[in-house]
Amino acid sequence: MENAISVKQLNLYVKSLIEGDVKLNLISVKGEISNFKNHYSSGHLYFTLKDNFSSIRCVMFKWSAERVRFDIKDGMEVILTGRVSLYEKDGQYQFYAEQIHPFGEGDLALQFKQVKEKLEKEGLFSDETKRPLPPFPKRIAVITSDTGAAVHDILNILNRRYPLCEVLLCPTAVQGEFAAKEMINMLERVYLLSDVDLIIIGRGGGSSEDLSAFNDEMLARKIYESPVPVISAVGHETDFTICDFVADMRAPTPSAAAEIAVPDSEELAETISVFKEKLKSSLVSKYNFSALRLDAVLNSKVFKNPFLITAPYKEKLYSLENKLSFLFEKSLEKKKSAFALAVSRLDALSPLKAMSRGYAYCEIDGKAVKSIKNLSTEDTVNITLSDGKARCLVKELYK
Amino acid sequence: MSNKLSFEEAISELEKIAEKLENADISLEESVALFEKGVMLSDECSKLLKDTEQKIISITEAEKEEKL
Repeated sequence: MENAISVKQLNLYVKSLIEGDVKLNLISVKGEISNFKNHYSSGHLYFTLKDNFSSIRCVMFKWSAERVRFDIKDGMEVILTGRVSLYEKDGQYQFYAEQIHPFGEGDLALQFKQVKEKLEKEGLFSDETKRPLPPFPKRIAVITSDTGAAVHDILNILNRRYPLCEVLLCPTAVQGEFAAKEMINMLERVYLLSDVDLIIIGRGGGSSEDLSAFNDEMLARKIYESPVPVISAVGHETDFTICDFVADMRAPTPSAAAEIAVPDSEELAETISVFKEKLKSSLVSKYNFSALRLDAVLNSKVFKNPFLITAPYKEKLYSLENKLSFLFEKSLEKKKSAFALAVSRLDALSPLKAMSRGYAYCEIDGKAVKSIKNLSTEDTVNITLSDGKARCLVKELYK
Repeated sequence: MSNKLSFEEAISELEKIAEKLENADISLEESVALFEKGVMLSDECSKLLKDTEQKIISITEAEKEEKL
């Protein structure tokens, strides 16, 4: 038994046999993922590939794992490309995967589907979080490649339609490995500018590989964070990217984005002149109305003939005067006749008439002598006649 | 009465005065006072209208010049 070898030697020998096989050095194998583990600290991926009958342990090292665009999950049907070898420590032979592709659909399609589902679930596509675009943007940041046709289309249209707005050109790569990262960095810089009120991010048409940076999850999240409305304009009418869903507005093309972003200044001028006319005519009609209103008041009876104010008083005064003089005359008349009556009555009672017929009035010291008893002989009495008086001496009394 | 009335205020008051003078049962002294105030208000209204007219003319003239 001297020729016995160590376990390690055995494993290394088998390993060399496997690695010596040309076929096993580059082979693709199809199966279903299970027991998937992402070893985050190292970045290596560990999982099992199986079919109905068999299974094999698989490893994907960090440098390969980093290039995978979609999330690997248990149950996923995939094709692995790599090599087969043996791990000498435990004698397990395993598959060292360098590439992984979803079976039945492309990586990009799967990436798109996965990111879309995830962000949709989180509510990043919700209509409620979409903001209206500013009707008259002052400063638009355009994030795109400075070499593509898109940038020219956007600038031409913005300048033609609405030269009032300022355009901040933010050149970045829009395809390739670093495109998403570059656009994220650019967005972060733009977010710091307080005077930008609209962002257009996009590129012209290309293959789905070319457009794939716009399906990047982190880029989509960064767009969602934007403090100002974002228009996403990627590729052609038929191209949909994650950025389109997360942006406040999707434009079918970069040119369309520019059309959506700003109003047409010619149309605006037209609208302004219409408003101006309206303004003028409403001013004139208001003036006319006011003038008519004043006319109406000034034509009212009282203002036209202010003497109407005093007329009724005058009339009343006149009639009162009439009444007064009538009453006065009437009462004067009455007084006159009463006086005449009194006079005639007085006349009848007067002694003068009797005296004119020969009667006389006898008195002593102003006191009327009404009886012979009041007299004595030798008294002096005054006798009043109708036309004079006599002082008389009483000679004799007869009773 | 130091603060100036707007046209609307002045004409509303004037209309009220006219109505009162025609319909209401008021004393002669009150009537005369109202009439006096009415005349003042109507002068004010006429002046405001005239100013407005002048302004409209100057605006439209300015616009014409702008177009030329």
